[in-house]
Amino acid sequence: MPDRTVVPPFVDAVNFHLQLQPYQKYTLRNGVTVYAIDAGTEDVLQIEWVFDAGNWQEQKNLQAAVTNHLLKNGTGSKSAYEINEYFDYYGAYLNRNCYAETATISLHCLTKHIKELLPAVKEIIAESTLPQKEMEIAVQNMKQKLDVNLKKSSFVAGRLIDVYLFGEDHPYGRFSRHEDFDLLTRADLLAFYEAFYRNGSLKIFIAGRLPEQIDQLLDQHFGDLPNNVVKNQEFGIHPATRKKHTVINDEKNNQGSVRIARPFFNRHHPDFLKCQVLNIVFGGYFGSRLMTNIREEKGYTYGIHSYLLNNRYDNGWMISTEAGREVSAAAIEEVYKEMTLLREEPVDADELLLVKNFMMGSILGDLDGPFHIIGRWKNIILNGLNDDFFERSIQNIKTVTAADLQEMANKYLHPEAFYELTVV
Amino acid sequence: MIRFDRFTLANGLRVIVHQDTATPTVVMNILYDVGARDEAPEQTGFAHLFEHLMFGGSINIPEYDEPLQLAGGENNAYTTNDLTNYYIQIPKENVETAFWLESDRMLSLAFNEKSLEVQRKVVCEEFKEHYLEKPYGDAWFKLRELAYKNHPYRWMTIGKELAHIEHAQLQDVKDFFFKHYRPNNAVMVVAGNITPEVVKALAEKWFGDIPAGAPKTRQLPAELPQTEARKETATADVPLDAFYKCWHIGDRLSPEYYIADLLTDILGGGESSRLFESLVKELQLFVNIQCYHMGSIDPGIICIEGKLVKGVDIKEAEAAVEKILQQVKEQPIPEAELQKVKNKTESMMAFEDMSLLNRANSLAFYELLGDAGMMNTELDRYSAVTINDLQETAQKIFREENSSTLYYHAKKEAL
Repeated sequence: MPDRTVVPPFVDAVNFHLQLQPYQKYTLRNGVTVYAIDAGTEDVLQIEWVFDAGNWQEQKNLQAAVTNHLLKNGTGSKSAYEINEYFDYYGAYLNRNCYAETATISLHCLTKHIKELLPAVKEIIAESTLPQKEMEIAVQNMKQKLDVNLKKSSFVAGRLIDVYLFGEDHPYGRFSRHEDFDLLTRADLLAFYEAFYRNGSLKIFIAGRLPEQIDQLLDQHFGDLPNNVVKNQEFGIHPATRKKHTVINDEKNNQGSVRIARPFFNRHHPDFLKCQVLNIVFGGYFGSRLMTNIREEKGYTYGIHSYLLNNRYDNGWMISTEAGREVSAAAIEEVYKEMTLLREEPVDADELLLVKNFMMGSILGDLDGPFHIIGRWKNIILNGLNDDFFERSIQNIKTVTAADLQEMANKYLHPEAFYELTVV
Repeated sequence: MIRFDRFTLANGLRVIVHQDTATPTVVMNILYDVGARDEAPEQTGFAHLFEHLMFGGSINIPEYDEPLQLAGGENNAYTTNDLTNYYIQIPKENVETAFWLESDRMLSLAFNEKSLEVQRKVVCEEFKEHYLEKPYGDAWFKLRELAYKNHPYRWMTIGKELAHIEHAQLQDVKDFFFKHYRPNNAVMVVAGNITPEVVKALAEKWFGDIPAGAPKTRQLPAELPQTEARKETATADVPLDAFYKCWHIGDRLSPEYYIADLLTDILGGGESSRLFESLVKELQLFVNIQCYHMGSIDPGIICIEGKLVKGVDIKEAEAAVEKILQQVKEQPIPEAELQKVKNKTESMMAFEDMSLLNRANSLAFYELLGDAGMMNTELDRYSAVTINDLQETAQKIFREENSSTLYYHAKKEAL
């Protein structure tokens, strides 16, 4: 019988040599760059077409999101139903998503069907018609879904905290209202589509078990798109003047949605990587200070997390939880106490080693398969970082010290720098 | 084709090994054959609360998470109405840490009063966050009670009410543990970069001396065939009316399961499905509409759920849904449409199997059903479904007297 009180020997993951499988890079004849990871155990693949067509580019609120939503709702030769039927028949998943800086079309399919599917994606990028009728149905349903979301205090809190950080006129702080939908016309959508999809700027990310000559296949279908450089608009941030906010969304609610956030730097800033480790200690994993204190010690919440936002330009540092209504204020107090502790006392050696091992093990586990690998590369490339960013992140985990973390805490974890919001 | 080896320890613990040398990690997945269906009606939510307590320290190891994180591992768990599943992903070098931690908590928990006290609160907050504070969050509490009159599927995994969780006592926790958390009531899957020989040696070393429990026989009250339509109306402070209707289907191992699964895709799988195309796009009665089933082991239910466009009468919406069901019952599904949903199933399975964690999860689940090897024959079962099967099964399932309907109304705004 083994002696169970003795910890079995283990290797410190912090000493692992972690590498991100390099991508293959192709350039189509129009200059579009393709980033590819050929790997995997199953005969499947994922392709993402990333356009500079996010909220950042829009002239009118919701122009980007609604255009993106309607891309697959009709082309010159196919109705919305026919498009969906076509992709569904091959067991493929065609999705589209709109973000602050970019908008995407993504395809997941069995590798054997790729040749049938690529021409249909091309048609969506080059020949969508964004029909009036489809727009009316989509807008009506989006408005009604918005009404449902506005009943959720967590949704309301998420919108408001972004407004406090960036201002309502900034793409990161902008949100949708019924009036914005009402002001949107089909002409707005067509203009946006023309400028940012048909004549926009495109990057392609592909991963999985790739067919032979995938570069030629992609060139055949996407090499003749105009691929222009899109000029970015400039936006200033207009943060809120008041720091503390309480909003009553529903008087009967039993929980408060708490958001505490400060402006922070993007991934290019020299302090970013150190703060990424500090954030894990603070509220970035199950054993974090915030979880241990506020969930596991006090039972105020099901979960509390902190994280650095992933904005390309102006960024933020956020703490988020849904806490019992009567203990929301106490939970916020504890968040600030944990900040104080991190400023005043160095993280002890055991905890730091644990966090380092956890982070390395977590990255190791996450590099499971080609989709995760391309996901990491996509984040690096779209944020305009150098290819050594992954390697630098790993080195940073290995070398960061308790003194570094304390210095970062003293620089950034000051309650007065944070906006504080409770929505009940 | 997912390859695996299988052996059973003397204490009854079933072990499956799935070797994959392409990954630098190992997944350990332990499934206990206990879920919310094993709870007493006056003590619901207990299996799930118990899952939380499994992280509160075991007999020889005061902290579960800390040594795991120190070894670069991650873990989580979930409870359903049927089962409770725990999993760890860890660098292959440190796999023994997983054996040590999981075997100690299978041997015995620490049964710590403070842990119970805190987790009662945590679970109550989880209950509020996921069900009480969410618009329509209580719909499934009502629907389950409407559809099931005898079987314990009539309550939610989270429990029937907060009070059941608040009243849980330490003695209940101990009894539950020694009844259900025994090696002969569990399936362990070890998957990833590890050989069957190593797993066998480590399993013997760490789990071999855990005593078996009394053999468990499950005698759950069976749901009697439903003989008349059930309907209920609810009103809540939500912006849109919602329509829920469900019908009883066969158990997880019945041939009917696979047919019903394909029917959900034909009716509600994505934007080329019948319900979406007709009721959201063409007639614009619904903002969204889905068709799904619960995937439960005992006889389950298939459900159509949708939110109505403002101003649409809920009975009119129901009639439109019934009309679509009528078509499926009366007219054979075209061959191409059947092929479409089979293709979707094939690709969904391929995507699921990309993840080591999913493979380990699935192997454990199929072993619980009787044979981990089912994982490799599932696709054949779907392929075998015929146009005739779909029509016959639709006729059998979608009968008014087999249905439970919940009309969930938005409270009228005060004028």
